[in-house]
Amino acid sequence: MDLSYPPEYETFRAEVRAFCHTHADRAPASYFSAEARAWQLLLIEHGYAARTIPKDYGGYGAQPDILKSRIIAEEFIAAGLPMGMANQGISMLVPTLLELGTEEQKQRWIAPTLRGEVIWCQGYSEPGAGSDLAALTTRATEDGDDFVINGQKIWTSTAAQADMIFCLVRTEADKPKHEGISYLIFPMRTPGIEVRPLVTMTGRAEFNEVFFTDVRVPKKDIVGQRGQGWLVANATLKHERGMLGDPNQAGTRLRALVEMMQTETLDGRRLMDHPVWRDRLLKLQARVMAMEYHGLRLLTCAQKGEDPGLARLIVKLQGCELNHQLAGFANDVLGELGILYGASAHLRAHGEWQSRFMFDLGLIIGGGTAQIQKNIISERGLGMPREPKAAS
Amino acid sequence: MDFGLSDDQKMMQESVGRTLERAVPLDAVRKGASAFEALKELGVPGILIPEADGGLGLTLLDAAVVAEQLGRHVAPMPFTASAVMAPLALKGTPWLKKLAAGEIRCGVAVSEHASGAREDAGIVSRNRKLSGRAMFALDADGADIFVVADKFGDLHLVQAKDVEITLLPTIDTTRAVAKLELHDADAEPLKDASILRIIDAGRVVLAADTLGAGTRMLEKAVAYAKERKQFGRVIGSFQAVKHMCAEMAAELEPARALVWYAAYGFDACPAESRRLAAHAKAHTSEIGPFVARTATEVHGGMGFTDLLGLHYWFKRIGFNRQLLGSPERVREDAARAQGWIGN
Repeated sequence: MDLSYPPEYETFRAEVRAFCHTHADRAPASYFSAEARAWQLLLIEHGYAARTIPKDYGGYGAQPDILKSRIIAEEFIAAGLPMGMANQGISMLVPTLLELGTEEQKQRWIAPTLRGEVIWCQGYSEPGAGSDLAALTTRATEDGDDFVINGQKIWTSTAAQADMIFCLVRTEADKPKHEGISYLIFPMRTPGIEVRPLVTMTGRAEFNEVFFTDVRVPKKDIVGQRGQGWLVANATLKHERGMLGDPNQAGTRLRALVEMMQTETLDGRRLMDHPVWRDRLLKLQARVMAMEYHGLRLLTCAQKGEDPGLARLIVKLQGCELNHQLAGFANDVLGELGILYGASAHLRAHGEWQSRFMFDLGLIIGGGTAQIQKNIISERGLGMPREPKAAS
Repeated sequence: MDFGLSDDQKMMQESVGRTLERAVPLDAVRKGASAFEALKELGVPGILIPEADGGLGLTLLDAAVVAEQLGRHVAPMPFTASAVMAPLALKGTPWLKKLAAGEIRCGVAVSEHASGAREDAGIVSRNRKLSGRAMFALDADGADIFVVADKFGDLHLVQAKDVEITLLPTIDTTRAVAKLELHDADAEPLKDASILRIIDAGRVVLAADTLGAGTRMLEKAVAYAKERKQFGRVIGSFQAVKHMCAEMAAELEPARALVWYAAYGFDACPAESRRLAAHAKAHTSEIGPFVARTATEVHGGMGFTDLLGLHYWFKRIGFNRQLLGSPERVREDAARAQGWIGN
């Protein structure tokens, strides 16, 4: 156990810190803006975004170094600056193209995606294919050089802003369900696509439904082989689960909670001075610490190229649950103030605790439900019998 | 940056584990065997004692590695007090050599400061004499000397022969605690010792013990669920049972990182160690009983029997939860340590 960084990393940290200090005023306020794209370009240029993507494809071209990635994240969080873009195009499509795309696809899509010029959405889930994603029924039938797509996707974030979609469709209706899927990429402005906002319990439309009616997509816009879409998608899902349950977020929430409990009062006493609430806060603090150190353990494994196995499989389940509990506890200590939602002079933290408490439920369910996670933990982590495969 | 156990620590883990498997299988534990002689050969009683005094001169993380193995094997062994807390209290005294050699054992009585005083417990110190009652002295059975805290938290050394020792029957038969009664007992003040530090060390080691015991209970539950058949299937193929096991694993894995970090922090960042030790102790005391109960349920009726002996682990975890401060009490120490409330 040695939690110090070697000297060359401390030098690197100083560089990142200096960058944050110098360029803080250029940080964008909103995500879909010219400032955000300019910020992204600046970060790529310095190697703080798209760090390990080859230069030929518009990245920075550094060797993977997990410690440096961590240092970048630590310093940006400490400085309160937004990190490089982490949309689904950058986090999921780019790694997939790098692994399985053709040279032409890589050349055409990776660089503009990294620069934030092309926004992607993910067309995976369907009303009838949630946890059982491979049961998807959106059809793509051959017609000359095109596929013609009919069907519906749901839970599509950023569909309204997206220029492109990476989409799972059924190309071979007669094959077993995992073998009949293909992974297509096509523009969202293609005729026949309709996007409808999906309002959730938060009152906002964080997601959309996407309807396809006779949407024509050239056959060449497939990633991987025809019928191999399930394998292509799994290459990206593993990237998504790493994003969910991030312990940095729990740490940030905990600090905000502590600050609120030290300043907010009830009956003239600080919330922190109410022993029952303080005890609940302390319980959560232990969980946040445990997840944070657990993250360090995984980091070390990744650095050494070891598979952490079971330790990795629990992160999504525990991380999302912890975030939800932190938000729920914040609502509790706020008491009746905690139910305010919408413009009010009495609202705390812009209503974010209540909003997160609800949205977190979506994260507990999305990206593999808590119950699916428990199947994975018990089957792959503990070697218990697999669920029987449903009829295909 | 390297978060985890070193190769030496992994070797220690393995050799202690193998030794305990041989020396104290459950049948031996049932008959009251002790792992002391077997672990003496590995130098465990002197694990924290400087090499100059004949010990191994290792860190609290190494001691936590051993404690995890002790918990795994529900091993009867004077460790928390005799090998971890006492050597810290006895730093610089000639007693260390004897402790390291395994010639003597040392009990520690600090419950009134770690857990709070029950009934009329409390020790008064006057002119190098101690009087009063100390409850729940650890590793009391067979102890030759005791480290005893007075009401102000100052530590003293007393000889066992000068103390009236009553062993207390507890749920856990693998470790002994006692009530000590002192009537003008001769005492040697331990001026350089910090009661907070020795309580922190004890808490970390109990946390590691619970972690080891809990991990073993999960392993037993998984193994049983893969064998036991009902309705023509192994019960481990039922999602309800799988999810119970997944939940145990999901609680244990991050707790392991917390315990390692708290043990490492005891030596590497002493300023933080009180908060870390308190959280490691309180958190394992919360998830430990969850695992103990859930693993027992996975075993169904068998888990409840003496025949299977799973209850040794259940009780070990229950014992660790209350010793040196129950979770609510310990969390208040964590609150004070970070200035959330006044002292």
